[in-house]
Amino acid sequence: MLELRGIRKSFGRIEVLHGVDLHVRAGEVHALLGENGAGKSTLMKIVSGIIQPSDGQILIDGEVRSFATYDAAIAAGVGIVFQEFSLIPGLTAVENMFLGRELRGPLGLLDRKAMRARAQAILRTLEVDLPLDVPIARLSVAEQQFVEIAKALSLDARILVLDEPTATLTPSETEHLFKVMRELRAAGVAIVFISHHLDEIFEICDRITVLRDGEFVGSTDVADVTIDRLVEMMVGRRIENSFPPKPAPDPDARIVLEAVAVQLRRGGPVSSFQLRAGEILGFAGLVGSGRTETVLSILGEYGAARCTLRVEGVEKRLHDAADGLAHGIGLLPESRKEQGLITPFSILQNVSLNNYGKYRQGHWFIDFKKELACTRTAMEQVRVKAQGARARVDTLSGGNQQKVVIARWLNHDMRILIFDEPTRGIDVGAKAEIYQLMRQFTAQGYAIIMISSELPEIIGMADRVCVFRSGGIVATVEGDAITSEQIMTHATTGKVHHVA
Amino acid sequence: MSHDANTARHRALDWLLHSPLALPLVGLIVVSVMMAFASDNFFTVNNILNVLRQVSVVGILAVGMTFVILTGGIDLSVGAVMALAGTVAAGLMVNMGLHGGLGIAAALMVGTGLGVFNGVMVAWGKMPAIIVTLATMGIARGLGLIYSGGYPISGLPGWVSWFGVGRVGIIPVPVIIMVIVYALAWVLLQRTPFGRHVYAIGGNETAARLSGVRTRRVKLAVYAISGLTASLAAIVLTGRLMSGQPNAGVGFELDAIAAVVLGGTAIAGGRGLILGTLIGAVLLGILNNGLNLMGINPYMQDVIKGLIILLAIYIGREWR
Repeated sequence: MLELRGIRKSFGRIEVLHGVDLHVRAGEVHALLGENGAGKSTLMKIVSGIIQPSDGQILIDGEVRSFATYDAAIAAGVGIVFQEFSLIPGLTAVENMFLGRELRGPLGLLDRKAMRARAQAILRTLEVDLPLDVPIARLSVAEQQFVEIAKALSLDARILVLDEPTATLTPSETEHLFKVMRELRAAGVAIVFISHHLDEIFEICDRITVLRDGEFVGSTDVADVTIDRLVEMMVGRRIENSFPPKPAPDPDARIVLEAVAVQLRRGGPVSSFQLRAGEILGFAGLVGSGRTETVLSILGEYGAARCTLRVEGVEKRLHDAADGLAHGIGLLPESRKEQGLITPFSILQNVSLNNYGKYRQGHWFIDFKKELACTRTAMEQVRVKAQGARARVDTLSGGNQQKVVIARWLNHDMRILIFDEPTRGIDVGAKAEIYQLMRQFTAQGYAIIMISSELPEIIGMADRVCVFRSGGIVATVEGDAITSEQIMTHATTGKVHHVA
Repeated sequence: MSHDANTARHRALDWLLHSPLALPLVGLIVVSVMMAFASDNFFTVNNILNVLRQVSVVGILAVGMTFVILTGGIDLSVGAVMALAGTVAAGLMVNMGLHGGLGIAAALMVGTGLGVFNGVMVAWGKMPAIIVTLATMGIARGLGLIYSGGYPISGLPGWVSWFGVGRVGIIPVPVIIMVIVYALAWVLLQRTPFGRHVYAIGGNETAARLSGVRTRRVKLAVYAISGLTASLAAIVLTGRLMSGQPNAGVGFELDAIAAVVLGGTAIAGGRGLILGTLIGAVLLGILNNGLNLMGINPYMQDVIKGLIILLAIYIGREWR
């Protein structure tokens, strides 16, 4: 029913899809699998006309089609339910389903009755019962998803793309969703199902296509494949040698930070871990598995249900990042632009932002000479390449910007650095430099937590790895057990420990 | 020699293109020259001192407003807070026979207290500044009217007028107060870590917080400063009117915001200089004064001022 042939897509000079094939038949649920950044979402945006392929063909019922816009794809019978819903929270389910194509009565006024009746009819075929007259925001995530699906069906979608629909659902809600999916399958709808949860794929899907780094790896029937084989297809065999050698583990290293119990949501899983001086502790897992939320909870910057900590063996509760700083914990946030840099500031001002304790003049005033000297030293330590300390940070490359944010923490009496996706969006050379720096820091006695969605990076850098799934740590591996297969298996099938 | 001259010229051009002060200064010069041509009386020492004296109340309010806007906030309550502080001070001095110094201290406490209230609501209550300060504006105005029964409180001791119309040499006292306030604000913003944090919050609040800046305290402080400058303005105004006027200062918050924005400070925060605000306030004052000297209908003056502000912001938008 839906066939993609040799789809390529480039953004600027970088090609992110290198000729992907996908063949989805009517009445099947087809899983699209791959690591973070493998190109699944990009591919689905092409299918739904949001972006255009650089090369390749889209065929529907054997006819070559090209979608200039999202609307053109909808007209051709493609419906898509995104991870982030496109519903308007203040409107009701009916209003959302008919948004932009409201049914009108004879006077040009809204024909509420007709819309309501059609909405009810569609939801009835899905065997879904939900309140039609309250704002969408008051519905559960699962109910909102059903509204999205109903909306797509009301547009006569014959091909339905579900992008990680189960990521935020409870097990019983997931069960209900699967029931709806089975009904749609029986009605001849072709469903593309994106999920990181391999157990779900074995439960609901008929066929599987795997992508890796924008490459088409293969398609197979679910019956012909095992979890191990799937994981292997997803991670492949990649050689990375830009990583500095790992030092021998020191079993006697003191524990600088112990998370006794971190519970992100009430009723969710409870995690614990220990961080030792001189080690890099990797936080692996899929996007949305709770890694960033966990480190933010430690710093008191995320409203976790529970977060009990011991810093250097003493029970502590941190209220904000400033408390973290006072206890020697620094953060390199996930998003440089939004959380790391003050973009209108110079390098100097960005680095000294949290450093003023170091250079005061007469207690109240900034000692500008010392500020410049300290900043230059920090810049040299991390090897920032720039015109000078007064260059604006928005003129720097991504790698150098990242180093500026790191430099901010070097003038302090720091013990713990948290690096959240430290190499995202920076070039290979700068990546290697940042890896070197991290090892240099651990050699000086820092302890580092590194969150990364790139498996090679986790494997190449981390001394120990905590694997996250669905908001909690499902496994901690170390030494030779740190392999792609191990981590991927835990991240996709690991059992979450629910503790009261 | 010629090389040096070139780099000097280059630097001057660079400054003109990149300093946030450049545009306000150009505006000030253009408007002054226009006014000088329009009226012979404009460029006299007396008239200039007069303009500065007239500017002083809004000018002082605009200092606190600059701090607040630099963090990306706004303070709509300054006019009403100023009226309340002046009324309370006058009431305490006239009706309760309180010592003058205590009256002034009371004014400062009322203003700063309401500023702290705004700051707590914005920083800890996590409410939008525009709503919080709008509410405070109503509350302060109402309290002033309740306290005074709606009538001006007059009968102040004579020395109070010194703050409003007194002179040191030929310089009016309000102008001296204004200059001191600007100088202190400059030191705070340019020479202290606090000032840097103010800019950082306007530049990127999340980044500032995650790097360990205590952003809530900084925000509290800027609203407190705004309350403090409102009460300083109240002292000057009370001295000029020689009474506590519960209805004074209606719309002054808008003039103060206009002065800040005309002075080149980004309304979203993070960029701007206190000196720019002074230029902006003087620019507004010159417009008022010049349009008056030209004998233009006061209703028309408001229209012209509005259009000029719009034009200035439009040009400033394209500047960087």
